[in-house]
Amino acid sequence: MILLAFLAQTLRIAIPYLFAAAGGTLSERAGLIALALEGYMLGGAFCAVVASHYTESAWIGILAAIGGGAALSMLYAVCTIRFRADQVVVGIAINLLAIGLTRFFLRLLFDSSSNSPRVAGFQVEGSGTGFGALVQNPLVWMGVLCIVGVAWLLYRTPFGLRIRAVGEHPIAAASVGVPVARVRYIAVALSGMLAGLGGAYLSLDQHQFTDGMTAGRGFIALAAIIFGRWDPKRAALACLLFAAAETLQIRLQGTQALPSQFVEMIPYVLTIVALAGVVGRAVAPTALGRTTTE
Amino acid sequence: MTSDPTLHPVGEAPSAATTASIEKRASRRIAFEEAVLPPLVALVLAAVVGDVLILSFGQSPSAVYRLLLDGTWGNAYGFGQVLYKATTLTFTGLAVGLSLRAGLFNIGAESQLAAGGFAAAMVGVLLPAGIPALLCLPLYLLAAGFGGGVVGAIPGVLKARFGAHEVIVTIMLNFIVLALLNYLVSAKFHVPDTLHTPELASGALPRLSDFLEPFHGSAANLTILLAIATAIAVGWYLFRTRRGFELRAVGMQPAAAEYAGVSVAGVTWRALAASGAIAGLGGLNYVLGYKHYYEEGFATGAGFLGIAVALVGRGHPIGIVVAALLFATLSQGGLAVNALVPKQMVDVLQAVVILAVATSVPEVRRLLRGARAGASRG
Repeated sequence: MILLAFLAQTLRIAIPYLFAAAGGTLSERAGLIALALEGYMLGGAFCAVVASHYTESAWIGILAAIGGGAALSMLYAVCTIRFRADQVVVGIAINLLAIGLTRFFLRLLFDSSSNSPRVAGFQVEGSGTGFGALVQNPLVWMGVLCIVGVAWLLYRTPFGLRIRAVGEHPIAAASVGVPVARVRYIAVALSGMLAGLGGAYLSLDQHQFTDGMTAGRGFIALAAIIFGRWDPKRAALACLLFAAAETLQIRLQGTQALPSQFVEMIPYVLTIVALAGVVGRAVAPTALGRTTTE
Repeated sequence: MTSDPTLHPVGEAPSAATTASIEKRASRRIAFEEAVLPPLVALVLAAVVGDVLILSFGQSPSAVYRLLLDGTWGNAYGFGQVLYKATTLTFTGLAVGLSLRAGLFNIGAESQLAAGGFAAAMVGVLLPAGIPALLCLPLYLLAAGFGGGVVGAIPGVLKARFGAHEVIVTIMLNFIVLALLNYLVSAKFHVPDTLHTPELASGALPRLSDFLEPFHGSAANLTILLAIATAIAVGWYLFRTRRGFELRAVGMQPAAAEYAGVSVAGVTWRALAASGAIAGLGGLNYVLGYKHYYEEGFATGAGFLGIAVALVGRGHPIGIVVAALLFATLSQGGLAVNALVPKQMVDVLQAVVILAVATSVPEVRRLLRGARAGASRG
């Protein structure tokens, strides 16, 4: 029983990571650093709440989250692909822009600097926090499926092959007729949509938007991508591992066993260890972060 | 004997020198245009976005902008606050700018700033009361520089030794270091019922209001002189020393620099350690000049804004100081206009400035070079 509750809580925490990591993997495999996942998630979380507040439909909220994430990711794509701006700088700017815009519109629409009004979301009230409540939330299913979907897309479809080609060697890809820019635009747009869904899960699960509610989850997803060596399935396992650590921390709260701050560090320390190559070197897609001149 | 065309006959030397100096002046002008145009484009774009946001809130843009200027440069208190914020941003901007010159991206200025402030606060706890500020200052400088420098050296060594990407490592280190400092303060060093360390007994720097009464209430303090000195030192290091030349060479062409005998690995870790140390010094603005203790969250946002400052300042110390003033004006201005429009508008404008500069730098360079090539052909 305790184990089941532990697993349910782990999955519950892992869902937004799964969405963002699945999207981020696509973007990174296409050669574009997924530094703005945090911003896409925040934008998605906000749009989901705004749309479901005005339409009273969580499904329209989900569509709005996809739209919000896609809009921010297209801004990133235009700046980095069309105008060849530095990906790191633009990624950071998108994150700051998402924070600023959500705060501004929180004031404009709801006259609050901290949170939105309550929205219904998906869960049936009173069904607890175990698996029973989780399976009623369609976003949970979508989160699990999106990892499978991205793995299938990357390794089993011609388009996935093109994504990997433009991420490894854009010039070679272009020379055999792959439209490099278009493939990258699509990969980045998908990453924004998926991360936006992750944000929608967060805000609909908590039934409201609160300022800065993604709280670094986009960076944890990025850590999972790197720790999973840019492979969707391994990234998903990393998401579950990080989520399990968080669950453990919540369960241990109050006991003096391990200070919570040290558990918080786990994903980040593991990522640095993976990058330094202590346990099997993490090797990034070759063209990641490079500005192509084709 | 003088068949080698690269050896000029003595008689022609002056004219060759004149041509060289004209060419040098022209290339300087080109570099200046390429450096200054993008920030101007960015400001115009930010103003347009600002207008849209202000109008969407049903206010008049001119009234809001006037209030923004009145609340920052229009009175001594507001100006003092601008100077205080610009001081911290100068440090983080210089830190990011120095690493950029070496072709490296230091995203970790926030945690380096916090670590520097924490180290200085710890020294402050250890020092007995009654020691003159001038005697304490070197100790504080060492502590803050060391605290930030260690955090900066980690990604430097990991990059030099294992090729680990410094962007990811510094992002991850931000979370690790801030969590560690959070643990140290909350579990070991805090004053009961607060979230800060004990006040330092000696060595606090005077505020500007101690000399100039109108600044009363603002946090601006003598750390500002330290920021200016650091900007001069960074400029001197980059453009007047051999090490600085090596650093810039690695930033432009690592392979060529390596071939010329520069140790790229050495430059990499030294640049990131120095960058961290500079960011760490910024902690003194808060710890020595303002609150006299370390408190969690004082560094929040200063790292990312440091990137903006370095970018808008185009990696040059003078530009960085100007850009720090600009971003400090925006942050303080947000508070000033909050009665008319949400202060959060400023967050959006800062992001727009960064996006516009990053996007227009390659574009401006392409357009200017295209226009020039066209002019020289025709």
